[in-house]
Amino acid sequence: MLTLTSPVDTWAHRIRPGVKLAVLAIWTLGIFWLQTPLSMAVAFAAVLGLVASGGGVFLARSVVVLRPLWPFIVLVGLWHLWIDAAAAGVVIVLRLIAAVMAANFVTMTTRLSDMIAVIERLARPLARIGLSPRVLALSMALVIRFVPVMGERLDQITEAWVARARRKPRWRVLVPATLAALDDADHVAEALRARGGVR
Amino acid sequence: MERSVTHVALFAALIAVLGLVPRIDLAAGVPITAQSLGIMLCGTVLGARRGALAVLLFLALVAAGLPLLSGGRGGLGVFVSPSVGFLIGFPVAAFVAGWMMERTSIAPGLAATAAAVVGGIGVLYVFGIAGMSVMLDKSLPEAAQIGIAFLPGDIIKAVIAGLVTATLARMRPGALLSRA
Repeated sequence: MLTLTSPVDTWAHRIRPGVKLAVLAIWTLGIFWLQTPLSMAVAFAAVLGLVASGGGVFLARSVVVLRPLWPFIVLVGLWHLWIDAAAAGVVIVLRLIAAVMAANFVTMTTRLSDMIAVIERLARPLARIGLSPRVLALSMALVIRFVPVMGERLDQITEAWVARARRKPRWRVLVPATLAALDDADHVAEALRARGGVR
Repeated sequence: MERSVTHVALFAALIAVLGLVPRIDLAAGVPITAQSLGIMLCGTVLGARRGALAVLLFLALVAAGLPLLSGGRGGLGVFVSPSVGFLIGFPVAAFVAGWMMERTSIAPGLAATAAAVVGGIGVLYVFGIAGMSVMLDKSLPEAAQIGIAFLPGDIIKAVIAGLVTATLARMRPGALLSRA
C-alpha cells in the first residue's frame, strides 16, 4: 500500500519523528494565536520556505495534497468579500494553508514505520487500562494487511454482480462485503488462537 | 479476546475500503463516499465499545500517514483542516450508534437506521460544525450552513446502514455483535 511519505529525500527525513511532532504542535498552537494579516503572511512565507527547501518536486507534491482545502478557501474568500472584511479572510485562509502544509510536511518526511513507533510509544500508558502495546501493534498490522485484501474482495463482489445482473450493484455490495469482513474476523481469530493467541 | 481484536481490526479496514469505492459527486466539492457509512456500520454491527475502537484504530493509521480517508487523504494535515471536527466525531458517532443498538430490542433494521441518524448524523454534525466554526473562525450558525450541504447524502447513508444491518441480522443473526 502506498504511504504519503515523500520519496524525495530531504534534510527533514533525518530528524527524529518525536522532535518534528513536538515542533509541529508548538507551531500549530502559535499560528492560531497570530491575528494580524502581516504576522500571518510572515508565518505563511516561513512554511512555504520550509517546504521549498525540499526541492521543486517536493514542493509541487505539497501543493497538490492541499486540494481538499480549495472548497473551503473559495467559500471563505467569497464570504469575506461579501461581508467586506477581506483582511480577516486573508488571515483565515493563510492560517489554514500554513497549518495544513506544516502538518503534511511532517507526514511527508517521516516513514510510516517511524510514525507507528511513535503511536505505540504514546499508547504505552494505555496498558494500565488493558490495552497492551502488543495488541495495538497486531491490530495495526492486521488493518494494513487487510485493506488491500478487502479492496480486492469488493472488486470481485462487484464484478460478480455485474456478470449476473443488468443493474449496477450500488449499495447492495455492502452486505456481502460486511459479511466477508465478519467471516474474515472469525477466521483470523481462529488462526491467532491456533498460534498461541493474543496476550 | 482474539475475536474482539480481529473484529475491531477488520472493521477498521472496512472503513478504509469503503472510502476507496468510486464516489458520486452531488455537486463540486460535495462528494458522497461510503466512508461515513462504514462509521455507522461499525456502531450498528459491532456495538458501542468495539465500534468506537475500530474507528480509533482507523484514525491512528490515517494520522500515521496512510491515505485511507476518502479521496486518498491522510497524514497529519487532515487533523488541522476544517473537517477535523468530523474526524474527532467519528469514534463518538460509532459509540453512540452502537450504544443505541445495544439498548433497544426493536427490529434491527429500524433500530440501526435510528442509531445511524442520531450517531452518524446528529452527533457527528455537532462535532463537525464545531470544528469548522473554530478552524474557519465562523459562528456556529454560519458553520452549520456549510454542514447542511452534506445532509441529503448522509440521510441516504443512514437508511442504507439500516438496510445492511437488517439484512445481516436476517442472514447471520449471530454476527450482529451489537445484539449478541
